[in-house]
This record gives sequence, structure tokens and C-alpha cells, in this order.
Amino acid sequence: MYHNLKELLQQAEDHEVLLSEIVLQNEIEQFGTAKDKIYQKLEERYDVMEKAAVRALGERLETAGNLISGIAMQQNEYTAKGQTLCGEFMNTAMAMALSCSEVNASMGRICAAPTAGACGIVPAVLISIEKARNCSKEAMLNAIMTSSGIGTIMMKNATIAGAEGGCQAECGVAAAMAAAAGVELCGGTPSQSVWAAVLALVNCMGLVCDPIAGLVQVPCAQRNASQTVNALTCIDLAMAGMTLPVTPDEVVESMYKVGRMLPPQLRETAQGGLAATQSAQKIQKKIFS
Amino acid sequence: MEISIFEAVGPIMVGPSSSHTAGAARLGRMAAKLVGQPFTHVDFGLHGSFAKTYRGHGTDLALVAGVLGMYQDDENLSKSFEIAKEKGITYHFYETEISGAHENTVCMSFLMQDGNTREIIGSSIGGGQIKICSIDGFPLDMSLNMTTLLVINKDTKGIIYQITRTLAANDINIATMKLTRQEKGAMACCVIETDSEISESVLRELTEIPAVETVKLIN
Repeated sequence: MYHNLKELLQQAEDHEVLLSEIVLQNEIEQFGTAKDKIYQKLEERYDVMEKAAVRALGERLETAGNLISGIAMQQNEYTAKGQTLCGEFMNTAMAMALSCSEVNASMGRICAAPTAGACGIVPAVLISIEKARNCSKEAMLNAIMTSSGIGTIMMKNATIAGAEGGCQAECGVAAAMAAAAGVELCGGTPSQSVWAAVLALVNCMGLVCDPIAGLVQVPCAQRNASQTVNALTCIDLAMAGMTLPVTPDEVVESMYKVGRMLPPQLRETAQGGLAATQSAQKIQKKIFS
Repeated sequence: MEISIFEAVGPIMVGPSSSHTAGAARLGRMAAKLVGQPFTHVDFGLHGSFAKTYRGHGTDLALVAGVLGMYQDDENLSKSFEIAKEKGITYHFYETEISGAHENTVCMSFLMQDGNTREIIGSSIGGGQIKICSIDGFPLDMSLNMTTLLVINKDTKGIIYQITRTLAANDINIATMKLTRQEKGAMACCVIETDSEISESVLRELTEIPAVETVKLIN
């Protein structure tokens, strides 16, 4: 059993195993779930993630007010032209994140990771690495396990609710989960996984939740794309050896405290930030009148 | 309390919001399970963020889908209003303020077929997780992630002993237990989370305890 990142990392280093192995053993011990059953549930999640990540790449989906309809296809078509600045890898990753967000907004089927509003980040990051590095199915399921383990620590010691901690608690935590798992897929150490996770949190600390018209569309979809990029860059930063002069758990604690300091207007109430702009107010009126 | 990895990655659900859609569907479904009898109408009082943003998140569709017994990953969730109509169940939404409640809270009043009214207040606390805050005025704190027993009994001496003895005799370990009562000697409510499943025969044994009014099992 582990209560924080320090304990999770310590156990992995003591046993000389990856984080996913500690997370697996903990799940078996704490909940009495059989190993086969755990992998079966992970596979169900992987399947839903994979479908959502590609579904809107070739199809425009209707959403309330259609604020983000067609954005995944647009990004995918742009990528296919081969003229991108950040390359095919980064652009395809962003397109997959946008696809998940578009599916979600259209009341389609997704896997919350850790929430529905942030459901594009873990799939986009992990599937991008799967393609680039030709990862096995087992490695992918273990990566989802690692991301889940990081997620449970955030739930215990901070929050994953936008209404409580802003977007940093949703898309930020998703980026942290994806970064830790991504390091594992790329052959990094447990310590690098943990640093990648908290670097992702640091890079978006204070990010507010300000959905236009209260809809999980703008800027949620854009932040799924940008936090996917955040996670991917943190994987490289951590694997190069980047650490911080604070402890990983202090970063988690800071994120939580910053979230609590945010005024309610910036915590999923659609009363501040982008949601409070004149344009957003007009959109809100148009959709709900 | 330990958190399962499937709460961090999951649930598998239809969008758009884990708190405002999936959590709402789960609240509705659990509330219908807790009232446990057929009903004809539900009033949904929405508080906080639920009140402000429910239309854009399909919170209304999800709550109705939930009380109809639909799960959060049911792709028919967005058609719940039509399904309710077919089943002859009516509903009404209104905005309300519940003092001290979580931002995503709903008060569900069920009009039962027998004419009685049952009231359940619950919150969606993020990531599809929920908390039942009160049943018919009894303040509670139930997450319903484990096998949960809800016992309504007369507030008499030794009643807890009788309940726990019955569970122990059937080799059932209690994980958590919370007690509340209306007032001394009146009705009391006992919420017990257990590590193992509870069989029909154990439920019958509990129901046979004289001071026990009702026993409800939520798996």
C-alpha cells in the first residue's frame, strides 16, 4: 500500500520493478481482484480509448452548439498534408486528443482519465508512443495501470474535480498520469516516471476551469491537445534527467492548495475566464434560449 | 480509504462530463435502488454547478436515465426523456439551494406508486464518483463503491450488537459503519460497508430483528 508518490517510488525501487507492478500488486491486495480480471478491465478501457481517439478523425460529430464539431478531422487533414511545424508525431497526438474530446462532447462513449473533460490526454499520449515505439499490448495495459496508480494518488492527496481544483486538476492530472506511463513505455526508470508526472503538474499549475456556456468543449478540447503536448515534452525532460528542487509530493500538495485558492468563478461554474467574455455570453444565450 | 485504479481511469461512460453526466446517471440509478419500489414521478432539485450548467452537460438526461436504471456507459442515455415517456414516468427539474452542499448536488423526490414520497440527496464529487448525503432526512455519507447495507431501525439499546452479531455469525467483515438518528428513541439509520457479499438469507435474518424496520442492500 502507498499513500503518496514517495512511497510508490520507494516500493518500486526496493523491489526493482516498474511502477505498474507495484500498482498491480496493490490493487490485488486492497481489493482482492484477480490479476486476470484487472487486465480484462484494463483492456476494456484500452479498447474504448483507442476507438475514441480515432473516431472523430474522419467524421464530424454534432455537439451541443457545435462549438468543436470537426476540429479533430481538421487537425488530422492538416497533419496529412505534411507541412506541420511540430511534425507528424505531435500533430497526430493532438488530433487524437481532439477526437476523444469531440466524441465526449457528442455524448459518445469514452473512458474518463481521470475525468471525461480530460479524456483525450492519456489515450493520445500512450497511443502515440505505441505507434512510434511499436509497444506490445501488454506494455500498453501496464502503462494504463501506471497512469491509474498516479491518478489514485492525486485523488487521495489532491483532487481531480474541476469544480474543486480547476483545469489543472483535470487536464493537468491527466497529463501527469500520461507522462508517468509514457516514461515507462519509453523504457525510463520509476523515478523518471514520477518526475515526468510532477513536471506536467508544474507546467500547468493554476490552470483554471472556464468552459464556455458550461459546455465541455471550449477550452476543454484545446487543453486536451495542449496537455497532451505538455505530457509528451515532460517525458523527454524527465528522461533527460530533469528533476526539481522540491519533492514530488510537495508539487501535488501545491497543486491542491492552488486549486483551493482559485475563486469559485474559475472552478467549472462558467462564471469566469473565457466563459465570462462577451462572446461566450452570446453563445450561452444562443444555445440555451 | 483506498481508491481503486478503476476510479482513476474510468468509468467507461458516455460524455460529456464525468461529474455532470456519469456521476448524475449513477446518482439517479443509486437513488432509484435505494427507494427500491416503483415510482411514477421524480422532482430533481439542482444545486450549485448542477443548477448553473445542467443543460449543456446533459445532467438532466443523465439523471432521468439513472432513475430508469440505465448505466453511465449506455449509449441510449441521451434518449432517456423519450424512454421515460414510454414507461409513463414523469419528471420535473427546478433550481434550488441546499445549504452547505457540494457544488454538484441534487435533491431527488420520488412519488411512489403507493402515494408516498421518498427524498434522496446526493452529490457528484468528481470522476464519476458520488456520495449519498441523505435519505428521507437522515444525514448520511455513502459512496456505494462497496457492498453497502442500509438499516433503518428503532433507536433502542443493543440494536447495533444484534446487527453486528448477525453479520459476524455469517462470516461477514465490516469495513465501515456509520450511525445517525432523528432523535433519542426515534428512528435511526445505520450504514454498513462490508468486505464480502451479503446473501438473501443474511438479509432475512437482519429483517427479523424486532427493532429493525427495513434493510436495503446495495451491491
